[in-house]
Amino acid sequence: MEKVLMKGNEAVGAAAIRGGCRYFFGYPITPQNELPEYMSRELPKVGGVFLQAESEIAAINMVYGAAGSGARVMTSSSSPGIALKQEGISYIAGAELPCVIVNMMRGGPGLGGIQPGQSDYFQATRGGGNGDYRHIVYAPASVQETVDIMTEAFDVADQYRIPVLVLGDGMIGQMMEPVEFRDPPTRELPEKDWITDGTAGRRAPNIINSLYLAPQDLEDHNRRLDAKHRLITERETRWESFRCDDAEIVFVSYGTASRIVRNAVEMLREQGVRAGLIRPITLWPWPQAAFDALGPSVRALMAVEMSMGQMIDDVKISAAGRWPVGFYGRSGGMVPDQHAIAEAAVAMLETATQEVR
Amino acid sequence: MSEHKIICAGFGGQGVMSMGRLVAYTGMLNGREVSWLPSYGPEMRGGTANCHVIVSDHPVGSPIIHRDATAVIAMNLPSMRKFEAELVPGGLLVINRSLIDATPDRDDVTVVPVRANEIATEVGNARAANMVMLGAYLGITRLFPLSAVGEALGKVFGPKKAQFLPVNEEALARGAALAGQPVG
Repeated sequence: MEKVLMKGNEAVGAAAIRGGCRYFFGYPITPQNELPEYMSRELPKVGGVFLQAESEIAAINMVYGAAGSGARVMTSSSSPGIALKQEGISYIAGAELPCVIVNMMRGGPGLGGIQPGQSDYFQATRGGGNGDYRHIVYAPASVQETVDIMTEAFDVADQYRIPVLVLGDGMIGQMMEPVEFRDPPTRELPEKDWITDGTAGRRAPNIINSLYLAPQDLEDHNRRLDAKHRLITERETRWESFRCDDAEIVFVSYGTASRIVRNAVEMLREQGVRAGLIRPITLWPWPQAAFDALGPSVRALMAVEMSMGQMIDDVKISAAGRWPVGFYGRSGGMVPDQHAIAEAAVAMLETATQEVR
Repeated sequence: MSEHKIICAGFGGQGVMSMGRLVAYTGMLNGREVSWLPSYGPEMRGGTANCHVIVSDHPVGSPIIHRDATAVIAMNLPSMRKFEAELVPGGLLVINRSLIDATPDRDDVTVVPVRANEIATEVGNARAANMVMLGAYLGITRLFPLSAVGEALGKVFGPKKAQFLPVNEEALARGAALAGQPVG
């Protein structure tokens, strides 16, 4: 198929429709407004429904209802709006329903700003809602990768009956890059025999619920969810290792920040510093295996984020004391600069060398 | 490795976004790797709407241009002041002389003054000043032949706005002629 030049937000919409999405419920917020705008124009053309809800909370609960009736459904927002949806996400995860949520992150906390940020890592991977739940988090780094993930996300959600969060930021949403729409790998999807679409008097009612009052019932439910989370970790973890083979310092960075880090890696290599990059594509499940595969040449890790340091916690867990873990970050909508990243890496390597001596 | 990193900047309404998008679009149609990154913040209302365009032979890493612009196309004075610092030594600073009556601070870059507003008015559409500036840029860098940009313009405009095509193509050609590139 021919490549087209598309803005990230619109490409997300096109990919969602291609992935089978027919229902969109949302509430406007910068910097993702082109996405609902696109859906409001395009969904009716394929027999779908776009509805601007009265609030983010209403929108996520409409998603809950539509998912329960078997629809392919999504919502989107940006950081403070996603914060409002957390209760609904916990309920959807508890009721084991499939849906897709897009967060084009901006700086925070609170209303923050409208420029790109990555300060919702904790919210995305730890859950802003209550209870023992997880959901898949994809963190694409280009418009093409966003499209590929978005097209597949509805299948993944259906396969595991779990919410899927696609975590971009203002830059991914606003920038234009060439994209090609292609079909995702085929998955075997279970029949949706659990949906509440009316019994027609022919079967017992299906019930969608997240309430388990008997402790033993709830613990059994928690154990089932945990087994599902382990299965997803085993099968769906994704990452990219870039020039890690002989690296002395390995950056860890995702999404927009990882693109700048990639430039820093090239710059450092030209200066004779052997740098590499682990780029998690799924933030949950987290790519522990990428760290275990690192060779003896590695002397230090450095997390680079558009936040004051959130993903670094997972990097430290994965390092498990094997390597010192440094950090470079910008926040508030400021975007890191490859020169500063490279300088921080060189400084860290010098410190690491002195400590060995 | 050939990589062009261009910042287009000006007032909102001067067509800096569409100028950048046209470069990215032409690049894509000609098999290059491209990215187009717009400003979307409050500065859009304050005089320096801008976009970063990268056209490369290799996949684009960071879409942000930071102290490594090969060219800045500045449609007004605040844009020149803000972005000239982003140029690499030897970079190209195309400035709209119609609106910029000041000297750049940089003395290590090539400055190309273009009376874009006057030329655009001469070709019959004052709003085509952005195309005059782009033409001048293309005339000097020869990033693409003007015919390739014309083709891309046709696709961007679509059949509904085809009547605007000739004036835009002429504006491009007039800009390019300033640098001595034959009209083609």
